[in-house]
Amino acid sequence: MSWGFLRDLLSGVNKYSIGIGRIWVAVVFIFRLLVYIVAAENIWKYEHDEFECNIKQPGCENVCFDHFFPVSHISLWALQLIMVSTPSLLVVFHVAYREKREKHHNQKLYKSPGDIDGGLLCTYLISLILKMGLEIVFLVLFYKLYNGFKVPRLVKCDIRPCPNTVDCFISKPTEKMIFLYFLVATSCLCIVLNLSELSYLIFKYSIKCYLKRYIKKCQ
Amino acid sequence: MDWGALHTILGGVNKHSTSIGKIWLTVLFIFRIMILVVAAERVWGDEQDDFICNTLQPGCKNVCYDHFFPISHIRLWALQLIFVSTPALLVAMHVAYRRHEKKRQFRKGDQKCEYKDIEEIRKQRFRIEGSLWWTYTSSIFCRLVFEAVFMYAFYFMYDGFRMPRLMKCNAWPCPNTVDCFVSRPTEKTVFTIFMIAVSSICILLNVAELCYLLTKFFLRRSKKAGNAKHHPNHENKEETKQNEMNELISDSCQNTVIGFSS
Repeated sequence: MSWGFLRDLLSGVNKYSIGIGRIWVAVVFIFRLLVYIVAAENIWKYEHDEFECNIKQPGCENVCFDHFFPVSHISLWALQLIMVSTPSLLVVFHVAYREKREKHHNQKLYKSPGDIDGGLLCTYLISLILKMGLEIVFLVLFYKLYNGFKVPRLVKCDIRPCPNTVDCFISKPTEKMIFLYFLVATSCLCIVLNLSELSYLIFKYSIKCYLKRYIKKCQ
Repeated sequence: MDWGALHTILGGVNKHSTSIGKIWLTVLFIFRIMILVVAAERVWGDEQDDFICNTLQPGCKNVCYDHFFPISHIRLWALQLIFVSTPALLVAMHVAYRRHEKKRQFRKGDQKCEYKDIEEIRKQRFRIEGSLWWTYTSSIFCRLVFEAVFMYAFYFMYDGFRMPRLMKCNAWPCPNTVDCFVSRPTEKTVFTIFMIAVSSICILLNVAELCYLLTKFFLRRSKKAGNAKHHPNHENKEETKQNEMNELISDSCQNTVIGFSS
């Protein structure tokens, strides 16, 4: 079980996505998942080992690291990727439910089980709203946990057992900051894509509904 | 999940590329991605552990390493390869959109649609003309821009392409100017020069492909203008013959490249 599972999930989701949704899948795949795996993971690999405090007191480094990094950037990033990809499963389940229903009744109930209309449209819209919500939640979490998206070179720590205020140095802060900004930029791009898709779908189906009603009235 | 997934995505684009485009893709996967994964990652693997400064002052090594390597070579290359591969997706999306339109026409029962079944539409190879030509040319242009930007960023960040053995650092908390030694500087220099050389080759291939597409475009235009004047019906036969020849050439190239890359 590894990131290959998420890759297969996203490929499956791509089948039932429309227009902007497919661009969203491509952005998540290439600019978030691939960048995470080939670049970001290695930067944070030895973050604890390379975190150095100007003191020999046993336990001080551990305690300070834990205080400044309650959840590592990279773990939060991985969680974000997984959570943000999951709402699309709602659409996949709904399509599977439709196909099962058709099989059960042994007749064609829908124009095509994968067509985004009726109940499936509601599910698709809900999944978009959930994706956006989760992206925003994680961005806010990142901002609150680490006081912005900057990674300082030096942090001052005075938690027991450190005998007084000691200087602790974070490894590769500039590189980490560059990739954090990259993460934020791609998250924002994904939020914009989801918002555009939501607006487009609502607009399209409102016009469709309105036209249907208008034609009925004329008749 | 790794570079193989990118290979799968771009492999689909390969079918609709020109011969030079296919060579570019092969160079990208064999001389850049593969070298990055099997060799460069090993060379840069221990870069911070073996970066040693002549001081026992805690924090000095971290700070000096961060000062001289704001972003590691290996990560910059990975980002460069991702950005350079992405414009090809524009072509893939355009092709997918065209296929979707043809399938819609086929389902509607449009008599203009020349396909017998959906499978034929799925397997069809689109020629690079019309709006697809513009998409394809824009993607090559974007690739060129990204390559140039990353090469410049590399040159600017590391003051050239050489990896020095020794760096002098006096950032706080280092007590004074200390000597810091980089691990495997010669091997890193060799790989850096290799990657820069292959980037340059890719830039040349992209420029050649761009020139080829532009030449083809202008030739086709002048031919159409000439033919419309003299032989209103003749141009179709000539074009069909040329198309068949182009197809044969590109198919034989494709087979060579697929055989090579697999």
